[in-house]
Amino acid sequence: MLNALDKLMLEKVADLHEIPQGAYNIRKNGQGVQRNTTANIDIITKLDKPGIDVIIKPYTKGESVHIPVIVTEENINDVVYNTFEVGEYSDVLIVAGCGVHNSGDLKSQHDGIHTFYVRKGAKLKYVEKHYGQGDGKGQRVLNPQTIIEVEEGAVVELELIQIKGIDQTKRDTEIRLMDNAKLIVTERLLTHKDQVAESNISVELLGVDSSAQIISRSVAQDDSRQEFFFDLAGKNKGRGHIQCDAIIMHHAQVHSTPKISAYHSEAQLVHEAAIGRIESEQLIKLMSMGFSEKEAEDTILSGFLK
Amino acid sequence: MLELQGLSLEIEGSKGFEILKNINLQFHEKKIYVITGPNGGGKSSLAKVIMGVYQPTQGNILLDGLEITTTTITDRARMGIGYAFQSPPRFKGIKVKELLNMATSHNPEKVNICDLLYDVGLCAQDYLNRDVDSSLSGGEMKRIEIATVLARNLKIAVFDEPEAGIDLWSFQKLAETFRNIHEKYDTTIIIISHQERIMELADEIIIMSNGTISAQSERDIILAGILSNEACACSTKCVKGVGQNAECVR
Repeated sequence: MLNALDKLMLEKVADLHEIPQGAYNIRKNGQGVQRNTTANIDIITKLDKPGIDVIIKPYTKGESVHIPVIVTEENINDVVYNTFEVGEYSDVLIVAGCGVHNSGDLKSQHDGIHTFYVRKGAKLKYVEKHYGQGDGKGQRVLNPQTIIEVEEGAVVELELIQIKGIDQTKRDTEIRLMDNAKLIVTERLLTHKDQVAESNISVELLGVDSSAQIISRSVAQDDSRQEFFFDLAGKNKGRGHIQCDAIIMHHAQVHSTPKISAYHSEAQLVHEAAIGRIESEQLIKLMSMGFSEKEAEDTILSGFLK
Repeated sequence: MLELQGLSLEIEGSKGFEILKNINLQFHEKKIYVITGPNGGGKSSLAKVIMGVYQPTQGNILLDGLEITTTTITDRARMGIGYAFQSPPRFKGIKVKELLNMATSHNPEKVNICDLLYDVGLCAQDYLNRDVDSSLSGGEMKRIEIATVLARNLKIAVFDEPEAGIDLWSFQKLAETFRNIHEKYDTTIIIISHQERIMELADEIIIMSNGTISAQSERDIILAGILSNEACACSTKCVKGVGQNAECVR
């Protein structure tokens, strides 16, 4: 059963204040603890390895699937393989947050390996939130892998959010887009103390008139380190745009490596990257409206990461 | 009343070059002052010294008799000083309505942010949910900047070239807005401007050049002088004295 700490974690990673409506699967410390399926969404436990298959029937509209993971024990290394079949012309929201509470001195790790098949004409919004807390010295580690095949005319919106709490993360995201498929990725990351975060996003525009837009915004504070690698390949007529913005503070480090490759004369690819501190003019403006320097800084950062 | 006494400003590393030299001014309640003069004459620096962005190297600033020379920007803002930037900064992820709500948050009076946008010639419906980022033009940014100052209940409101980038129709609206504040509130309005129509709003006009006040008087006296070319606002006598200034006739 879920205790108060579990519920807090669920609220942080999945905005859930109670057990969700619709389909869900809650995983705690490497075990499935609660599940619900609907007439249109089935969740089946994998037999060959840890994980689940989420099967969404074609033409399912306006339904959601929550698959939060909670890790509340130390010395745990939970690897899970989840496969999502998003049926033709369906329109669904999948929320897959991971919350780690580690009060011990040993490492807690969760690696979610997620493969999505977004079928023809389907619309998917996928939200992945990471949250960590606990006073122990034990590291909180999350290494998610996300692989998405987007079929003809399908639209995928990805929201990847990690604000503080996770000591070490390596996120690998691979997406392939077919004819007229559309992708929007929004990545928000804030690291502090001595946290390390790495994000590799690779997108292939395989189909005619496919399009991808990746907007990454991050804030690196204290002694933290962030590394981004964006790889956008235009293999057909299509458009791709990567916008990567980072605010750097204190003694942090941010490394951003763009790669855009065109294999077709009608592939239009753009990469914009900027790393810089908070502009003093922005601080002065908010201070001249009565904000303290700290309030101004917090307001600028929370807007930037919204 | 805002009083500047013997104010000088030297920017770090400028090797003794003074941007402001011994400025003495008094700004009274319920009056509009227009500061004009050539570019580089020290007008914007003076505005920034009033807001607390720059600390003067010499002299004192008094607000209603209270010494505020070393107070922070935040403290001055809370005491009722406001400043509209010449080139307002942009904010990624912050919407126009959020910025205006922040501006009104310290105002005890209830302010309708849609009215604020209307006062600067923008349609609230079109702008409230837009981000205050590079998707807005320079003129749009300027108007929103002015709205953030109008949002506040101020003793002293400083506007740095509010007309720059603003089209004719909105300009008319803006002039009307300044006139309305002037009639309704006790706010001291200080406008840095080169526009004759803004100068027409002034009770007093101050001409600054080379970091000093070169003239200060009631509007009609100064305006008459500028318009008839009897007094040149430029630092060199380029209008009256073309013959003496070869650079102007090239």
